[in-house]
Amino acid sequence: MARVVVDVMLKPEILDPQGQAVQRALPRLGFEGISDVRQGKRFELEVEGPVDEAALARIHDLAESFLANTVIEDFTVKIEEVAEAAK
Amino acid sequence: MTARIGVVTFPGSLDDRDTQRAIRLAGAEPVALWHKDKSLHQVDAVVLPGGFSYGDYLRAGAISRFSPVMETVIEQAKAGLPVLGICNGFQILTEAHLLPGAMLGNDHLHFICRDQKLRVENADTAWTSDYEQGQEIHIPLKNMDGRYVADERTLDMLEAEGRVVFRYLDFNPNGSLRDIAGITNEAGNVVGLMPHPEHAVEPLIGTRRTDGLPFFTSILKKLVNA
Repeated sequence: MARVVVDVMLKPEILDPQGQAVQRALPRLGFEGISDVRQGKRFELEVEGPVDEAALARIHDLAESFLANTVIEDFTVKIEEVAEAAK
Repeated sequence: MTARIGVVTFPGSLDDRDTQRAIRLAGAEPVALWHKDKSLHQVDAVVLPGGFSYGDYLRAGAISRFSPVMETVIEQAKAGLPVLGICNGFQILTEAHLLPGAMLGNDHLHFICRDQKLRVENADTAWTSDYEQGQEIHIPLKNMDGRYVADERTLDMLEAEGRVVFRYLDFNPNGSLRDIAGITNEAGNVVGLMPHPEHAVEPLIGTRRTDGLPFFTSILKKLVNA
């Protein structure tokens, strides 16, 4: 078993009012010196079987066609191994 | 024989019944279509109604776009079937890439519900021929994710090709780029807009005007005269 993480972010040129609202709240909470916040989405996919090149390619297609809308969003795919020792 | 116009019900659709009623008032026959049913039952046109299909999970319209009925709608729309997307239907059409650009949350982060003034910019589409170019109309608007965005090149192309069909007047309710309220595809058979013409078809309710009715009479005339 392995976990594959897909991170989706609005493209830099797209206005992110949610991120702006978070950023504007920071000084009130005593956090200074943060000039910008952008909010995205993180998907954790638990993959059955080996995460080989073919499996990664399928996940890439899934991210491109469904998890992200590439008209407005960019995405990254990365493997996050699950520690067997924890079981 | 009158025209048969299908209205798709997705899980979470809200305005499917109002849309059917508007179609009937215009003199056409509404046909209920179901999201799980691939068949369009030989309808002459399709309306994707407003609402919150699949709870707007992931992105508004992102899950509905992959429903069985949409497979057929996408295929037929590319072959010329008239399709109108209202609000959530507009979001589904952009997610399905039948219309360019995308819809995002309102720039002010609030749900908005108001009588909205619009200018008809293109009276040559399948759904707007009963309007005059430049006509100003009032129809209700109610949405959370109504901010139309596209890159500069796409916006310039839409303007140059006359594919901006409606523009917000006096007040931009959601931060849509270039005040765009509705657009059409290259062929003019697919139209999407954020405001709700189906709520402005009787003087008793909505904006107390019938400014939305021409959508449904436009398509009826086109289909009956075809």
